[in-house]
Amino acid sequence: MTETATLDSKVPEGPMAEKWDNHKFKIKLVNPANKRKFRILVVGTGLAGSSAAATLAELGYDVEAFTFHDTPRRAHSIAAQGGINAAKNYQNDGDSVHRLFYDTVKGGDYRSREANVHRLAQVSVDIIDQMAAQGVPFAREYGGLLDNRSFGGAQVSRTFYARGQTGQQLLLGAYQQMMRQVGLGKVKLHTRMDMQELVMKDGEAVGIVCRNLVTGEISSHSGHAVVLATGGYGNVFYLSTNAMSCNVTAAWRAHRKGAFFANPSYTQIHPTCIPAADEFQSKLTLMSESLRNDGRIWVPRDPDEKRIAADIPEAERYYFLEEKYPAFGNLVPRDVASRNAKTVVDQGLGVGPLKNGVYLDFAESISRDGLDKVWERYSNLFEMYERITGEDPRETPMRIYPATHYTMGGLWVDYNLMTTIPGLYAAGEANFSDHGANRLGASALMQGLADGYFVLPYTIGDSLAPKLGTAPVSLDDEVFIEAETEVRDRISKFLSIKGTKSPDYFHRELGKLVWNYIGMERDQNGLEKAISEIRALQEEFWTDLRVLGGTDTINSSLEKAGRVADFFELGELMARDALNRAESCGGHFRSESQTPEGEALRNDEDFAHVSAWQWIDENTPQVEHREQLDFVEVPLTQRSYK
Amino acid sequence: MATPTISTRPSSPTPRPKKKELPYPLNIYQTAVGKKWVMAVTGIGLLGFVFAHMLGNLKIFIGEVEEDGVLVQDIDVYAEFLREIGEPLFPHGSVLWLMRLGLIAMFALHIHAAYTLNKLNNSSNVRYQQKTDWLASNFASRTMRYTGPIMLAYIIWHLADLTWGFTDALYSNDGAAGPATGEWHHGDVYANLHGSLGNPISAIIYIVANMALALHIFHGAWSMFQSLGINNPRYNAARRYFAAGFAGLIFVGNVSIVIATMADWV
Amino acid sequence: MSANTLSLTLQIWRQEGPNTTGAFETHNVSGIPDDASFLEMLDVLNENLIEAGKIPIEFPHDCREGICGTCGVMINGRAHGQEKGTAVCQLHMRKFNDGDTIAIEPWRATAFPVIKDLVVDRSALDHIVASGGFVSAPTGTAADANDTPIPKEVADSAMDAAACIGCGACVAACPNSAGQLFTSAKLWHLNSLPQGQPERFRRTEAMVDTMESFFGSCTNHGECSEACPKEISLDFIAYMNRDYVKSKVFNRKLASQK
Repeated sequence: MTETATLDSKVPEGPMAEKWDNHKFKIKLVNPANKRKFRILVVGTGLAGSSAAATLAELGYDVEAFTFHDTPRRAHSIAAQGGINAAKNYQNDGDSVHRLFYDTVKGGDYRSREANVHRLAQVSVDIIDQMAAQGVPFAREYGGLLDNRSFGGAQVSRTFYARGQTGQQLLLGAYQQMMRQVGLGKVKLHTRMDMQELVMKDGEAVGIVCRNLVTGEISSHSGHAVVLATGGYGNVFYLSTNAMSCNVTAAWRAHRKGAFFANPSYTQIHPTCIPAADEFQSKLTLMSESLRNDGRIWVPRDPDEKRIAADIPEAERYYFLEEKYPAFGNLVPRDVASRNAKTVVDQGLGVGPLKNGVYLDFAESISRDGLDKVWERYSNLFEMYERITGEDPRETPMRIYPATHYTMGGLWVDYNLMTTIPGLYAAGEANFSDHGANRLGASALMQGLADGYFVLPYTIGDSLAPKLGTAPVSLDDEVFIEAETEVRDRISKFLSIKGTKSPDYFHRELGKLVWNYIGMERDQNGLEKAISEIRALQEEFWTDLRVLGGTDTINSSLEKAGRVADFFELGELMARDALNRAESCGGHFRSESQTPEGEALRNDEDFAHVSAWQWIDENTPQVEHREQLDFVEVPLTQRSYK
Repeated sequence: MATPTISTRPSSPTPRPKKKELPYPLNIYQTAVGKKWVMAVTGIGLLGFVFAHMLGNLKIFIGEVEEDGVLVQDIDVYAEFLREIGEPLFPHGSVLWLMRLGLIAMFALHIHAAYTLNKLNNSSNVRYQQKTDWLASNFASRTMRYTGPIMLAYIIWHLADLTWGFTDALYSNDGAAGPATGEWHHGDVYANLHGSLGNPISAIIYIVANMALALHIFHGAWSMFQSLGINNPRYNAARRYFAAGFAGLIFVGNVSIVIATMADWV
Repeated sequence: MSANTLSLTLQIWRQEGPNTTGAFETHNVSGIPDDASFLEMLDVLNENLIEAGKIPIEFPHDCREGICGTCGVMINGRAHGQEKGTAVCQLHMRKFNDGDTIAIEPWRATAFPVIKDLVVDRSALDHIVASGGFVSAPTGTAADANDTPIPKEVADSAMDAAACIGCGACVAACPNSAGQLFTSAKLWHLNSLPQGQPERFRRTEAMVDTMESFFGSCTNHGECSEACPKEISLDFIAYMNRDYVKSKVFNRKLASQK
């Protein structure tokens, strides 16, 4: 089922370091006086969406921004804690654009496009300048200069941060910049507007259909280009660190209209989250990975252990990371730590009332460095942990367990960030481009802002310039009438099923399937099972769903139903993608492909490519297209943390 | 500034229409923050008045002094002094009248600002249907809108009682120093005071009014620092102490006069 | 960690839409684990309602980790519930006792009309930001970030103010429904930084004027700061008042002179 139809990545010619500059020179420009004649619809107002909307409006384009939240500042970019990478080399530790590029390609386990990553590393420098000029209160030294920390195992200190709220501060910076344009009348901001459909005419994206979440009104919006900055799909797992309303709908609607969906199986699992406390748990909370610097991870050796942690003698504790990886110990990369935690929990060694976690124990560092020192380092995390669990990590070890955190897959885009649909762009977590099979810490914020600030505003001109003199497609055009009808039909379908189970029920059940079979560790058997079980559940969904209430008011069940419906289709594609990729790489671990030591074993011969899936129709499975990845600057090597 | 282009719906709040901006400095008073600033500045003036008024009245404790060979009450000397301020450059009583006009202006501004802000707040606020659990506000801060009008009523009473003598029918001669009922005499502060406070109802009014005054000052003398933006972590704690101390001082000082007069200690 | 469960009586505000009158509705929930969050307790209630064929309650929520600012309801007379410095999503049921009666109401202010049940419209806060809550630094114009050193104390103080999550609890808790804490936090964040100086007075004037077109006036009760999940300080209100009067009085042509 693999088609070799060419996916033109449009990577410019020339040496790596000059590609972006050459490209900027070569792409078509739109005359400043003509920019206002182009209307651009930006869907999603997180880091990528807000920064893109602001910049496009500053350039003079006529921008309309859409968010399903009540205000753009709620986007989930706000929850990023750690920081943002930039190759500033302020700490004089030998960092450079090339090193950041190298680390990101290697960290992505050689499954990303070199040229995109290099550009990301190049513009990372400008992001910090831009955000500082916006008034983002980055952490500073006493001398007034910016402070950095080393993050996620990087060998250099290149992470800029604003307390534990870097994502919040960057989002607010981009949001404020966009709100300035809103105040100036250059950006029209549509809040509580949920994109329901992408509208196409003659093979190009010409607009979107939205549902007004307050009045239920279905409305069409037409533009010369559409930008999707709608985030990732981690909520397909139900329990994830994503916000409750994060969803795949906008990207999925575009996928169904012809945009290829790339690498859906690449999802990142974060090792240090607070495990679910009960069956009603609605989301998981992430704690900074820095905790692993001082905490020791262990489980009791006896599966029937009843004693509290402190009473278990040293000999009866299983420090599984330290035993298996003596060199890195508790500081092995995210995926390795996560997978090993799952292994011990699956062996029945888990701790906590649901036996679904492992201990992260600070007792030793407290006795070594003193309580004050440890408290000073982690007080905010300890307080957060205590608030959520009611336990004090100074007295009992924390319980942690991995949770889905980020999705590297997304809409396939070329070097210009354009999807396979002309006129449709994807930015931020919604696209697949820069992180390969695994994202490094503090790189998500960097990529969202790079796309929105420094890439998309330039590259979008390339597809706009030839359209000069054409008006956006009229809202009376039949493509909009048809799309609106489709949306209305879909909505009334949810209401007409009148079954017995809530959308949340189906989401929870789907999440269990996705977590168990397409989670941290995948095998052929499980993936095949996942496909058939997801389908069975999906069938039940379409016959036994219960959505109450009307369409002319806020109806979160109805919103949820639409999102869950798309998660079903996505879940299946994730399984098929994972099944096709019979290798392990980054966040994707196939148990059939591992080294004798149990490490991920890549197969560069057969899988050094991007899998981009094309939607055919409801009854035909998607078709895989491949974009071959060439590694010129960063030679292929196998990771090892032994 | 263009109108922000943010989606509006039937549920969206409507902003109040913008008033035409008056010329400087009246435009400051057009805004709520400016009005609070005016309230704070007039509040400082009024605090000064209350303090000076108390100091003057405490002279009643000095009792009789000899002036031009005659024994007179010191407080009466002080009262006459107020009328003589600025003499001979200014006519008798004119500077006192200037001060009174300033005082009236401060009262008028203070009251007008309070009235309009209160109206604004009432139109902004929607009441909860459950009991609200106050955490930071105190009795004084929540009763400003009541202690204010109480003060106004009291000031009118106080003027009628001792400055104009309209209420001298209520005077009661309790023996020692007071004049007879209906015997208000211009300038005879000592006697009038004893006449008024000879009536327990009058004394209660004075004490209750001073309680309201103390409450009003307790919040107002702190609040004014915030309204004026006088805020520095180095001395922020002192602002509370100042307000509490000032309120206490005024209350003790004023009530001591009432009690001492009633008890004929002075 | 304990495995206790709670049974509760909830008095929840139900309201069809902005123009209808609402009322409290009483619901009972049981078997709520005390490790559940307040919002998860409402999830359970909604699942029960759906099962019973009744329309679930709309309540505002999203990230459920205390940072997005979407959630916010009045719980037993306190904005965000009784836990200091905590948004509703981080309030856990172990703070309640079995058999408690809990009253839940939406934020109330003229500027925060109820959309449905517990959901209100807080777009007024966006209007305030759109009027001036930014630094005008178009993309691509910035100098090197380290060209402008900022004393650590200043950066920290700006961060204290910038920590605001825009939930609106300050307005909800204020007896006057004033928007001072929200506005002043944004103002102090930007006005305290060197990058914010050129527009300082213009910004202050614009944001305060927009604020006053929606909200009430500050009477310095301090309820806002007490209700704030990020414990934003009242000091910022004082700084805002100072800058606002300065913006009216000061000769801005002299702004670059020390």
